[in-house]
Amino acid sequence: MNWWHRLLHRNKMEEQLDKELQFHLEHHEAELISAGASPAEARRRARLTLGGPEQVKEECRGARGTLWIEDAWQDLRYALRTLRQKPGFAAVALLTLGLGIGATTLMFTLVNGVLLKPLPYPEPDQLVVVHGKTAEWNAELFGAQNVAYADFLDCQRASRSLDVAAVLFNGGTLSEPGEPEYVDFREISPELFSVLRIPLLHGRAFTPEEDKIGGSPVAILGYGFWQRHFAGSTDAVGSSLTLDGKRYSIVGIAKEGFLLFGQEADLYTPVGQDSARFLRNRVAHPMRVVARLRPGSTLAQAQAEFSLLGRQLAEAYKDSNAGRTFVVQSFRPDVGDVRPILWLLLGAVGLVLLIACANVASLLLARAVSRERELAMRVALGATRGRLVRQCLTESAVLGLAGGALGVFVASFGVRPFVTFWPGALPRAEEVQFDWHVVLFAGAVSILSGLFFGLAPALRAPFKNLQQTLRAGMRSIAGGSRRLHGIFVISEIALAIILLVSAGMLGRTLLYLSSLDPGVDIHNVLVTRMALSPATLADPAKTRAAWKDVLDRARRLPGVQSIATVDTFPMREGDNEEAYSTTADMPPANKLPFALLTNASPDYLKVMGIPLRRGRFFDDHDDLTNTQVVVIDEVLAQNAFGKEDPVGKRLWIPEMGYASNVFEIIGVVGHVRQWGLGGDDQAKVRAQIYYPFSQLPDSLVRRWSELMSIAVRTGTSPLSLVAPLRGELKGASNDQVLYEVHTMEQLADDSLAQQRFLLLLFGIFAALALGLACIGIYGVLAYLTNQRIPEIGVRIALGARPADVIWLVLRQSLGMILVGVALGSAAALGAAQVLRNLVQGMQSTSAVAFAVTIPILVFAAMFASFLPARRASRLDPVTALRQD
Amino acid sequence: MNQKTDLPQGTLDLLILKIAALGPVHGYAIAQRLEQVSKYVVQVPQGSLYPALHRLENRGLLAGDWKETETGREAKFYRLTRKGRAELETEAASWERLTQAIGLILGLSDGGAE
Repeated sequence: MNWWHRLLHRNKMEEQLDKELQFHLEHHEAELISAGASPAEARRRARLTLGGPEQVKEECRGARGTLWIEDAWQDLRYALRTLRQKPGFAAVALLTLGLGIGATTLMFTLVNGVLLKPLPYPEPDQLVVVHGKTAEWNAELFGAQNVAYADFLDCQRASRSLDVAAVLFNGGTLSEPGEPEYVDFREISPELFSVLRIPLLHGRAFTPEEDKIGGSPVAILGYGFWQRHFAGSTDAVGSSLTLDGKRYSIVGIAKEGFLLFGQEADLYTPVGQDSARFLRNRVAHPMRVVARLRPGSTLAQAQAEFSLLGRQLAEAYKDSNAGRTFVVQSFRPDVGDVRPILWLLLGAVGLVLLIACANVASLLLARAVSRERELAMRVALGATRGRLVRQCLTESAVLGLAGGALGVFVASFGVRPFVTFWPGALPRAEEVQFDWHVVLFAGAVSILSGLFFGLAPALRAPFKNLQQTLRAGMRSIAGGSRRLHGIFVISEIALAIILLVSAGMLGRTLLYLSSLDPGVDIHNVLVTRMALSPATLADPAKTRAAWKDVLDRARRLPGVQSIATVDTFPMREGDNEEAYSTTADMPPANKLPFALLTNASPDYLKVMGIPLRRGRFFDDHDDLTNTQVVVIDEVLAQNAFGKEDPVGKRLWIPEMGYASNVFEIIGVVGHVRQWGLGGDDQAKVRAQIYYPFSQLPDSLVRRWSELMSIAVRTGTSPLSLVAPLRGELKGASNDQVLYEVHTMEQLADDSLAQQRFLLLLFGIFAALALGLACIGIYGVLAYLTNQRIPEIGVRIALGARPADVIWLVLRQSLGMILVGVALGSAAALGAAQVLRNLVQGMQSTSAVAFAVTIPILVFAAMFASFLPARRASRLDPVTALRQD
Repeated sequence: MNQKTDLPQGTLDLLILKIAALGPVHGYAIAQRLEQVSKYVVQVPQGSLYPALHRLENRGLLAGDWKETETGREAKFYRLTRKGRAELETEAASWERLTQAIGLILGLSDGGAE
C-alpha cells in the first residue's frame, strides 16, 4: 500500500485500527476474567495496561507516515467548521483581507504588465536598439540619440552580428479615402517586420526594390487605420490612398495590436523612397534603429562590432561623423516616469495589506485566547504542540487563501477601470492582464499573509499549566496577550500615519500647484495643430500666403478675438530646445545654456495673455527685410543679463541655421510654465525665446509649416468654435485639417493629473488604513476591556465613578496610540522623502501635513476606544462580579 | 516478579520481528508472547506495541492480513516479509555482538576484582 492508497482508504484504516485495539482489549479482559477478576475490574485493568486508546491510535496514525496529510485534511475541515461557527468574525476577516490582497494584486497586475513583462515580440531578449553617441550630445536633456539614415545603411550592410532595421516617425495629410485627416505614419526599412518577427495580417512586406528612390509608392496599413477606413475589408490590399498628395498602393495590413515604441501607427511606407534631404546626409539623425542578434551572437559582440563600425565611419566621414560612435542596448519597453509611480503605489497598497494583516491577527489572537480551554483540552487528549500550531496555521492559511480568492475577484474587476482612470495614457496598458504571474503573486501574498497573521496566535497555543488552564475561567489567563495586542495596535496606527501624512502632503502640494500662475491666461483659448494643404508646402511663398490666409479667415469668424500661429505650446508635448550664448566667441556646445524656442506670429502674446515686461513683441514689420529679432522671457533675461536691460542686446543661437545665428532682443515677456504647473520649477530647461515666423528663410518654411499649430482666443466657449474653424480653414482643395484640438484649460488641468491621481489613490488608501486601524483598535480594546470586567466591577463597587472607568480604558489605548503616532511619524518622514523624489512639484515636508492628519487619526482612534470604555463605565458591579 | 526492567531502546522492534518470524501472529498474542518469552522480566508497555507494529508495517518489514482466529473472530495477523527477515538477521547479529561485547567487559571487571 502506498501513501495515497492509505490516504484514500483512510476511513477503512481507522475502522481497522479500532477493531485491532478492540480485539486486544477483549482478549486481555477475557484472560483476566478467567484468572478470576470481576468483569468491571478486568475491563479497567485491560485499559490501564494498554494506555489511553486515543493516544495509542494517534501514535499508530503517526507511525503510518501519512499523518501530516491526514492532519492537514482534518485541520482544513475543522478550520472551515470554526469559520462557519463565527460568521461575523469570518466576514470581517475575509473582507479586510479581500480588500488588502485585492488592492495589492491589482497594483501588481499593473506592475507586471507595464514593468515586468518583456516586449510583445517573439524572443524579445534577442532584440536590441542602436543609438548614436557623441561627446556633445546632451542625452539627459534629449534622450538617446538616433542614427543618420546613411550611417544606418552602412551599418546594416556591414554587420555580422545583427539583423538591423530602422524607423522614421512622420506625419502627413491623408486626402483619400474619406475626409482629409492627419495621419501618423512610419517610414520603415523593409526588414522591420522580419527583424521583429511579426508576420503581417494580410499582404506582404516591402521589397528591396521598393525601398529605393523612384520605387513604386507602396504602403502597409496599421490595423486600427484599416478598421476605421476600410472596415476591415481585405479588399484594401490592392487599393490605394493619397498621402501628402502622393498616391500609394496598399500592399499589406499589420496585425492587430502591433505596437512599435508603444504606439500603433496609421501607415507604414518604405523609407528608402523618401528623397528628403535630411535622409541623404549624415548630419541629421532621424532614424530609430532596432535589431535582432543573429544566432550565436551576443550583445557584447554586437557592441564591439558597432564600436568598430562607428570608428570606421568617423574615419571615412570626418565632417559629419568625427567623435561619433554607436551604443547597442537591449530593447526594453520605454515606460517613462511611470516606473517609480507604480512601485510607489505598490508600496502604498502593501502598507494597507500590512494593516489588514495586523487587524486579522489581533482578531485571531482575541479568538485564540478565548479558545484556550479548547486547545488545552486537545493537548490533554494527546495533541502535541507542533500539531496545535499546525492546526492554528491551517486556519489562518484557509482564511488567507479565501481572502486571496476574494481579492483576486476584486482585482479582476478593478483592473480595467483603473487602467482607464490612469491620467494620460498608461504606457503598455494593453499588456496589463491577469496571467499566471498575477495568480501566483496573489497566492503567495495570501499564504504569506496567512502565516503572518496566524503565527502569533498559533504560537500562543497553551502547553504549560494545562490543568490550570482547564480549570481556570478564561479571564484569569488573558493578561499575557495584552502586550501582543498592543504591538498590533501600535503597528496599525504607525502604518496608517504613513499613509495619512503622505496623502496630506500630496493634498497640500496639489493645492499649492493649483494656485500657481501658469504665466498665460488659460481661459477661453483653443489650441490645435494644423496641416496646410500638401500642395502649398512645396513653394515657400505659397506657404506664407496660406498661413496669412488662415489667420485672416479665422479672424473674421464671430467669436474669435485674436489668433496666432505657433509651433509649440506650454503644457503640451513637443518642444524645441536650443543652446544660446550672449557672446560671439562661444564655449563648446555642451557647455552652453539651453532655452525653449517658440516660433510664433505677432498676435501670440495677445492670444495667450502673456504680459510684456520690456520693449515690444514682434509685429508685421519684422520680416525678411529687417533685422532678425527675438523676444526672451524674464527667466532668460535674469539668467543671461542679470540686472542689465536685455533690450537691444544680441543673442547667438548656433543651431538656428539662418541669419548668421545672431538675433537682436527686442523685448522681454513674462515666464510661461511650459512644463506644466507641477513640473516647471524643477525642469532642466526653463528659459524661453520667441522668434517670428515671418523671418524664417525659405529653406525652413516647409519644415516649420509641417508641424504648425494655431492658438485662438475666443469670446465664447473655445470648443464651440472648433466646427466653424474647421469649416472656414479647410482650404480651396478641401485638404487642410485641424488635429489634436485642446483648450489651454484642459492642458493646464492635465498637467496636474498625475498629482491629482496620486492624491486620490493615497486618499483612498489612507481612508482604508484609518478605517481598518479603527476597527482594529475597537476590537482589541473591546476584547481587553471585556477581560477586565470583574476588575472594573470591583473598582465600581469600591466607588470609582464612570469617568474614572472611562479614563482607565482610554489611558490604555492612548498609550498605544501615542507610541504608534511617534513611530509612524518617523516613518512618514522617510515616505515624504520618497514622494519628493517621485512626484513633480512635491512640496517639502510640511508641519501642516502632520498637524492636520495626525489629530484625525488620534480622534478616530480615541473614538473607537471610547465605545468599549463607555460600556465598561455603565457596568452593574453586582453582575460584573458574579460573571464567571 | 515485581522487579521488572524497562525494555532497552530499539529492542522492541527486534523482539516483535523475532516473534513474527515464528509465524503469523496478532497484536495481543505478540504482547503475551513477549511477556512469556521474557519470563515476566521485561515490561513491554503495551501502549507502544501497536505504534511499533504500524511503524514496522509501514517500513515494509511486516505485512498485516485480516484473518479469522481459532475462536472465529477477525484479527489482524502480522507476518514477517522478506525484507523483515533480512532486517531481523542483521539486527539480531548486531544485538549478539553488542551483548557479547558488554558481557566481555563485565566479565573482565569481575576478574579484575578477584
